[in-house]
Amino acid sequence: MTKVLDPSLLPQASLWSRSWLSHRRKRQCVPWLYVAPATLLFTALMLFPMVTVLRYSLMDGAIAKKDSSFVGIRNYLEVVADPIFWQAAAQTLYFTVVSVIFHLVIGLAFAQLLNSDRVDPAIRGVLRVLFILPWLYTAVIIAIIWRLLLDPNGVVNSVLMTLHIIDFKVEWFSSPGTALQAVTFANIWAGYPLYMVSLLAALQGISKELYEAAELDGANSIQSFVHITVPQLMPVIVSIALLDFIWTLQVFPLVWMTTGGGPIHATEMLSTYTYKLAFSSYKFSLASASAVLILAMSMSVTLVYIKYQKAR
Amino acid sequence: MSALTQLRAAAAAAAMWALCSGVAFAQTTIEFIQWWEPEMLAGSLRRIMDDFEKANPDIKVTLVSGPYATTHDQIVVGAASGTLSDVVGLDGSWVNGLAKQGAITSLDALMDQTHYDRSQIADIVKVDGHAVMLPLATFVYPLFVNLDIAHQAGVDAVPTDRSAFAAAAKKMTDAGKNQYGWVLPLSLQNPGGIQNDVMSWVWASGQSMLKDGKPDLETPAITDTFTFLKSLQAAGVISPGIFAKREQEKVEEFANGRVGMMIDSLAHINLIRQRNPNLKFGISAIPAVDGFTSKRGLPYAAWGIGIADDSQHKAEAWKLVQYLMSPEVNGRLVSLANAFPGNKNAKPDFSKTDPLFAEAFKIYQTGYLANQFTGLPVAEDLMREMTIELQKMFDGRQSAQAAAANTQKQWLMDFSKN
Repeated sequence: MTKVLDPSLLPQASLWSRSWLSHRRKRQCVPWLYVAPATLLFTALMLFPMVTVLRYSLMDGAIAKKDSSFVGIRNYLEVVADPIFWQAAAQTLYFTVVSVIFHLVIGLAFAQLLNSDRVDPAIRGVLRVLFILPWLYTAVIIAIIWRLLLDPNGVVNSVLMTLHIIDFKVEWFSSPGTALQAVTFANIWAGYPLYMVSLLAALQGISKELYEAAELDGANSIQSFVHITVPQLMPVIVSIALLDFIWTLQVFPLVWMTTGGGPIHATEMLSTYTYKLAFSSYKFSLASASAVLILAMSMSVTLVYIKYQKAR
Repeated sequence: MSALTQLRAAAAAAAMWALCSGVAFAQTTIEFIQWWEPEMLAGSLRRIMDDFEKANPDIKVTLVSGPYATTHDQIVVGAASGTLSDVVGLDGSWVNGLAKQGAITSLDALMDQTHYDRSQIADIVKVDGHAVMLPLATFVYPLFVNLDIAHQAGVDAVPTDRSAFAAAAKKMTDAGKNQYGWVLPLSLQNPGGIQNDVMSWVWASGQSMLKDGKPDLETPAITDTFTFLKSLQAAGVISPGIFAKREQEKVEEFANGRVGMMIDSLAHINLIRQRNPNLKFGISAIPAVDGFTSKRGLPYAAWGIGIADDSQHKAEAWKLVQYLMSPEVNGRLVSLANAFPGNKNAKPDFSKTDPLFAEAFKIYQTGYLANQFTGLPVAEDLMREMTIELQKMFDGRQSAQAAAANTQKQWLMDFSKN
C-alpha cells in the first residue's frame, strides 16, 4: 500500500488507472454489444415498419400522393364509420373464438388419444404422423386442398349426397350462408396440431402417481380428467390459447385464397379488409389506420398474455 | 524485390486493371419488373433481353419476374419505397393508380426527344393527357366452345347472339353429369371476371359502360346484360360455385370437359391443350344482342410497358421499351406469347402455333379491342364493387336494375375521389 502512495510511482499508477478505466468501459460495453444485433434487427424489422404505418395512418393519401399531409385521427374516424369494418371485426372475432375453442377441444382429444396406454403403440405412432400432417402444409396448400374438397362437385358433397345427408350440391365457399363456417372449418383443421403437440408434451409430464392416488380414492376417469388433467394442463392451455388468439386474429392467406373475403363480405376479415384498402383502393392511409387498430386489438391480448406469464 | 514491394506492385496493377476495365466496360444496369417471364416458354424473354444487350453493349437488363398476382403489390410498394425497377410491366387496370401515385412517368418527353413514331402503336394509354403505357402484347378474350359437348347436345352452330347462346347453354347442361353450359367466375379475390366475363357481353354488342369518361350504368345496355346473366343462372346453366370461382378454376373446368362454353384469353389455348390433349374445342366472337350486325368489341388484356418515374436511367429504359415495341421484336415476342402485337407494323408468325390463333386473328381483325377499365381510376376496386352488387343480384337480394344503380352510385363516388 505504501508503494502505491510513493510519488515516484504516480505516473505508472495513473497509467494503470487509465488502462483500468478503459477496461471498465469495455466491460460496460460488452452487454450492449451482446444486445446490439437483436436491437438492430428489432428496430429495422419491427419498430421502423410499425412507426411508418403509424405515421401513414395520420396522413392524407400516404404513398398514393407525393404531397401527403398530416390529418390527425381523420383516417381512424373514417375507418370506424365504415359498416364493413365492423362487419369484418365481428366476423374476425367469430372466426378467432370458434377456431381457438375447436383447436383446443380437438387438440386435447387427440393428445389424450396419443397419450393413452389403451391404444397400441404402433397405432399411436401412425396416428401421431397423421394427426400432425395439417401442420406441415402452408396456408396456400391448405386453401387449395379445401377448395377442392368443398367444391360443389367435390368430395365432401359427393360423400354427403351418397349418405343422403344432403340432396343438393352445397356451395360451401360460394354461398353467403356457409362461407364463413367453411373458412373457419378449414382454419380449425389447419391449426389443431399445435395444441395437440403442446398438450401431449404436457400430458406426458403429469405424474402417474396423481392418477393412482385418485383411483385409490375412488375417482372415476371423468373426475380424474376434471380434477387432475385439466388443472395440470391449465398453464399450457392458457398460454397457447392466448397465442393462438393473437395469431388467428391476423389470419390472411387462408381467407384470401379461399374466398377473397366474399361472397358479399360474408368472410370479410380485418386482414382482408385492410389489404383491399391498400392494394385495391390505393387508400394506404386508411389501410394503415385499420392496421393500427388491428395492432391495438392484438396488443391488448398480448398484454393479457404477458401479465399471465408474469403471474406464473 | 522484397515481399512488400511485390505486394505494392500487385496492388497497383490490380488498381490499374480495375480502372481500365471500368472505363472499357462501363455498363448501366436497368431492372425490368414483369409477370411475363413465368408465362412464356422458359428462357424466351431472357433471350430477347440478351439480344437487346448485344445491340446495346452499354446496357444490361436484369429481369425481376414473379406471378401476376404479386407483381402489382411489388410495383406499388417499390414505388412507395423508391426501389421500383426502371422498366415496369403494366396491366391496364393498374395504370391510373400508378400514374396518380407518381410511380410511372409520362412517356411524352422521351418520345419527343427521340422523334418516336406514335402512329405505329395500336393504342397508347394516357392518364390526364399523358402517355404512360404502351401495349406490348394483347390477349383477346373470345368465346371458347367445347365441340364434343356441343355436338352431343345437338348444337350445330356456334351461337352468335344471346338467344342462341342461352339456348345452346341450356342444351349443353346436364347437371346429373356435372356438365354445364357456361362458367362464370365472380370471386372477390381477383375481380377480373367483371371485365372478362360480364362487361365483355356489353362491349361485344358495341355498347358502353361509360359516357364522357364517367360511369353510365343505369342504361338498358347494362341492365339488359345483368338481366340476361341472371336468366342464365335461373336456368341453371352456369356451373355452380360462381362467387368463389377464379379464372384458373374456369379454365380447369373447361379443360376437364365440365362446361360447354367459356369466355377466356387466347393465352390459355396451350394450357388447355396440355391439360386435355383430346379436347376438341373452337373459338368465336362473343355473342351480341339479338339482331346486332355492326363491329363487335373484343375484350382484351394487355401486357403494357412503362417507365418508373424515379428511374435514374430513363434514357436506357426508353431504349429497351423502343426495342420491345419495334415491329420485328414485337412480332417475335407476341409469337412466343401467343398474343397480338402492340405495334401495328409487327407481323406475328402463327405458322408454328395452334391453328386457333390464326382463327382468332381473323376475329381480331373483324372487330375492335374493347376494355373500358383500362386507365380508369381504382379499376380493380370498381370491378370488386360491381362483383359484390352482382353477387347480391345472383343471390336474389336485389334486381338487375338495383345492381346497376348501386354500382353506379359507388363508381361515381370513386371517380369523384380519384
